[in-house]
This record gives sequence, C-alpha cells and structure tokens, in this order.
Amino acid sequence: MMVERTPVLDTLTYVFLLVGICVVGFPIFYALTAATLPLDKVVQVPMPLVPGDQFFVNLGAAWSEGHLGRQLVNSFIMASGITLGKITVSMFGAFSIVYFNYRFRTVAFATVFCTLMLPVEVRILPTYEMAANMFGPLQWLIDTLHLGAVVQWFTGNEFEVALEWSLLNSYTGLILPLVASATCTFLFRQFFLTIPEELCEAAKLDGASAMAFFWRILLPLSTTNIAALVVIEFVYGWNQYLWPLLITTTPEMTTAVIGLKDLIPQADDLPTWNVAMAGALLVMAPPVLVVLLMQRWFVKGLVEREK
Amino acid sequence: MIKRSHFSSKGLAYLLITPQVLVTLAFFYWPAVQGLVQSLMLSDPFGLKSQFVWFENFQRIFTDPLYLKSIGITLFFSLATAFISLAVGLFLGSMANRALRAKALLRTLLIWPYAVAPAISGILWLFLLHPSYGVVAYFLSEVIGIDWNPVLNGNDALFLVIIASAWKQISYNFVFFMAGLQAIPHSLVEAAAIDGAGPLRRFWVITFPLLSPTIFFLTVMNIIYAFFETFGVIHTVTQGGPGGATNTLVYKVYQDGFIGLNLGASAAQSLVLMVLIITITVLQFRYVEKKVQYTM
Repeated sequence: MMVERTPVLDTLTYVFLLVGICVVGFPIFYALTAATLPLDKVVQVPMPLVPGDQFFVNLGAAWSEGHLGRQLVNSFIMASGITLGKITVSMFGAFSIVYFNYRFRTVAFATVFCTLMLPVEVRILPTYEMAANMFGPLQWLIDTLHLGAVVQWFTGNEFEVALEWSLLNSYTGLILPLVASATCTFLFRQFFLTIPEELCEAAKLDGASAMAFFWRILLPLSTTNIAALVVIEFVYGWNQYLWPLLITTTPEMTTAVIGLKDLIPQADDLPTWNVAMAGALLVMAPPVLVVLLMQRWFVKGLVEREK
Repeated sequence: MIKRSHFSSKGLAYLLITPQVLVTLAFFYWPAVQGLVQSLMLSDPFGLKSQFVWFENFQRIFTDPLYLKSIGITLFFSLATAFISLAVGLFLGSMANRALRAKALLRTLLIWPYAVAPAISGILWLFLLHPSYGVVAYFLSEVIGIDWNPVLNGNDALFLVIIASAWKQISYNFVFFMAGLQAIPHSLVEAAAIDGAGPLRRFWVITFPLLSPTIFFLTVMNIIYAFFETFGVIHTVTQGGPGGATNTLVYKVYQDGFIGLNLGASAAQSLVLMVLIITITVLQFRYVEKKVQYTM
C-alpha cells in the first residue's frame, strides 16, 4: 500500500530488510560455508567465507559417524506418526463433539480442553513412568483393591499380579504420548462450527449415515485445514527434543536432532566443526523444505491458532 | 456448542471420542495425579521406599538457593528471549509490510528459521560464538574487545543461549506481525496521513495500538516457548552450566529427576511449572474474551 511519496524511507525500508535477511540468514550461510571446508580451513580464525569443495566428504563423515542414517529414518517415522495420529484422533474427536449429542459430551469436551496448554515438559517424570509401564494404572488398581490377596484366598495358592508393557525404545513410545493434543481438536471444532447447518440437514435427508457425511462432506471441506496442520505438526514432531531423549536409551532408536549432539566437537576432540555443520544442515533440511514448499498453508495454519 | 442438526447414533459418538479421551487420560491426567502424589512424598533414589511428607518438598525447593537462582535465570532468560525475538520480528514485519514489491520473496527468505529445531539453532550459535573458532566470537573479542568465553563465564553462556533461542523464534513472530499488519484498515492510515501524521507517528499512534492483541498473544507464546521449548538449546549448548548460570526451571526438573533421581523435588518443581502455565493460560483466555474492542 502507498499512502504518500517517501522515497528516502522506501529506500531505507529495503536496506533494513536486506540487512535483516542477512542477519537472520547468516547462521545458515556460515554453516553452509563451514560444511564445505576441510578441517584446516574451518579452524582458521576467522574462518574464510569462500566455500570449499568438501561438502559431500563432510556430509559422508557426518552420516557414517554415529547413526545419523538410522536416526533420520526414526525422525521421519516419529514426525509422520505424530502428524497422522494427531490429525486423525482430533478430527474424530471434534466430529463427535460437534455433530453428536450424548450424555458425557460436555464431560469429554472439558476433559480434553483442560489439557490445552500443558506441554510434556511440565509432567516429565510421571509421563515417563507411565510410558515405562502402560499397565501402571491397572497395577495400581489391583494393588489397592488387593485383588491378588482375593484370588489367593479363593484358590489357596500364592498369587501375585505383575503387569508390564513398556514403551521405552519403541516407535509407539516416541509417538503415542505426543498424539494427545487439545489444540488440533479445538481447531477442528472451531472449523466444524462454521460449516453451514444445511449441509448436514441435506445429507440426513438423503439418508446418509454419520460416517458417510464425515468422509464425503466434512473431510473434503477440511483439506486446507489438514494441509496447514500437516506442516505445523510435522515440524513439531521432527523437532521434539525432551521426549525422545527420555524414552529412548539406544542410539539406534533415538532421533536425528538428538543424535546431532554427538557430532559437536568436545574440548579434547579434533575441532571437526565442518562435519558438525554438515550434519546440522542435513537434519534441519526436511522440516525447512516442508515449510518452504507448503508456505501458503503453513502461514494460514499458524495464524489460525491465534483465533 | 453443538450443531442444531446432528446425528443420533450414541455408540458411534463414544467410539469416535474414545481415542482422544484415552490418550488424554493416560498421558495427561494419570501423570498429573502421579506427579501430585510424588510431590508430597519423599522417596529414596531407587523408588523402593517412600514416605508421605506433606509439603516438605515444596518447602525444600523454595528455600534452596539453587532453585531460587534458577527462577531468576529463567525469568531473565525468557523476558530477554521474548523481547529480542518480538522486537526484531515486529521491525522486520513492519518493514516487509511497507515494501511494495517482492513481498512473497521477503516472506520466504524470513520464514524458514521457524523449521529449525531449537537444539540445532543452539549448535549453529555454539559454533558462531565458539571462543576459539567462532566468527562472531572473534568479532566480539578482537573488534569490540570483550573478553568472550561462554565456556567459563556464566553471563556469556546465558547470552549465547538467549541469542540461539531468540533467533529461531523471529520468523514465528514475523509471520504473525505480517498477518496482523495486513488486517489493519487502510483507511485509518490514510486518514492519519491526510491529517499530517508522518510514517513514524502513524506507526505509534495507529499501527501499534491496533496490533496490541497480536503483541499480547505473541508475548504469551514467546514466554511459553522460552520457558519450555528451549530445553534442547540448553541441553546441547551448556547443560545448565557453567556453574548453573543457564540452569532454567525445565532443565532443573530434568536434572534433578533424571540425573539426580530426586523424585520428590523434581515432582514438586513440575507442579510449580504446571500451576504457572495454567495461570498463564487462564489469564490469556480471559484477555482473549474481551479482546475485540477497537475503541480509540
């Protein structure tokens, strides 16, 4: 938009923007340069800002050192699993809350929405304990009711119940606890409420079942929202740190973002920052590409969250 | 709220909501209750014996100088991170909004750091500010003359994690400010221009007040980000050091619980964080409810 002629200010605007883009982009430019240099160039102070030709050598070193290949696969599985799981679970949930009337509707609604802003970071230990033994609550129930003693009394034999189902070092453990998110359900609920009543009435008149209405009307109408959430949740899933750190104990099962830490040169190591930077670029590439390629949906999805 | 026209199959309705409720109960409510119980117990590191001690854990953490220091660090860290990323985001957003050409390109060039994991942002800045090899560190010590060493100096380390955390968040704020600025009615800006207000005055008198809901929302989101999501930055870059100078509250929960195996203290700290975030959320919702008032 243009309000009045301000040639000086207009030029300044572009100068500031250019400076801003350079400042914001500098860490990446610097990392890219470092990733192309051999070791003796990277340790020069200051490091030369002319790219070298060692990019693929460094990338190869980052790949083979540690378990980056395997960890990238893990990251991909985790991010896709969280994305798919969250969207499915919350779409069904929102559909149930908006389009059905049943006794515990309000209770279910309240139960889910109380968790709207509770990140995994504030309930680290107990969530870990839960994941370490999914039968924990059941075991607690059995122990409190002394069911073991009851059975023992009936049968006369020594009887002890010990249930265990651990999610440690498994994809289920990486994905399932992060699938619970009230945010997505809330967004779908808000969206469903804006859909005209007539659509559902017409579908019912035509004798469509609830699920037919869901698959043939609600789902096609939601594609933009789903695309927006795919970008946001994929990035969220890929960039998780604390949860994968807790739930996995072996380098083969952990994610690439965590595995990167092993590439950082420590005080007594060779300062292989070129390899560390190559690894960092490799691990950040998938979510950055997703954001850039699906930019339109990403911006829409992000800004929707404010409402 | 429910649709006027809805379906009546109750079984299906319960079936559809079950996954969400089950996951929520298993990973939110049960852990929350467990955390509450644990915070009132004193257990040995192996979890074999535990004893009910009322509020002793809370008493202990609030009299622990390390915990009080961590509160101060977290507040400073969060406010600094939020302020830097908001200020830069707002500045770039309003500049991009002024630009007549290449808006899409500008957005593309400024948006991508959003996708960089906080931990990776930490690694990038760790290299840039590395006392022996980093180019920014070189600039700081050789050109400005600061005795820069984040490995030994706590303030330097805190600065390092603040910059790494704020850098990543600039694009998030930028996206929201761009959207917020585009929603401001053009006629208001024009009217002010006709009345003789210059660009800077128009920004402070019209744009800034009309952006205040966005600014409030982003302040809350940035503080939550700085509190909770920066764990990756701390863990990769400083591990809370040197000497606890970057030991934020979330990192301390992890350290005391998982490394120190002090379950009661860790649970009590978690509970404090939970109360904090619930308060923030409630405040935010109350504000959002009465937000749409454009009285000038």
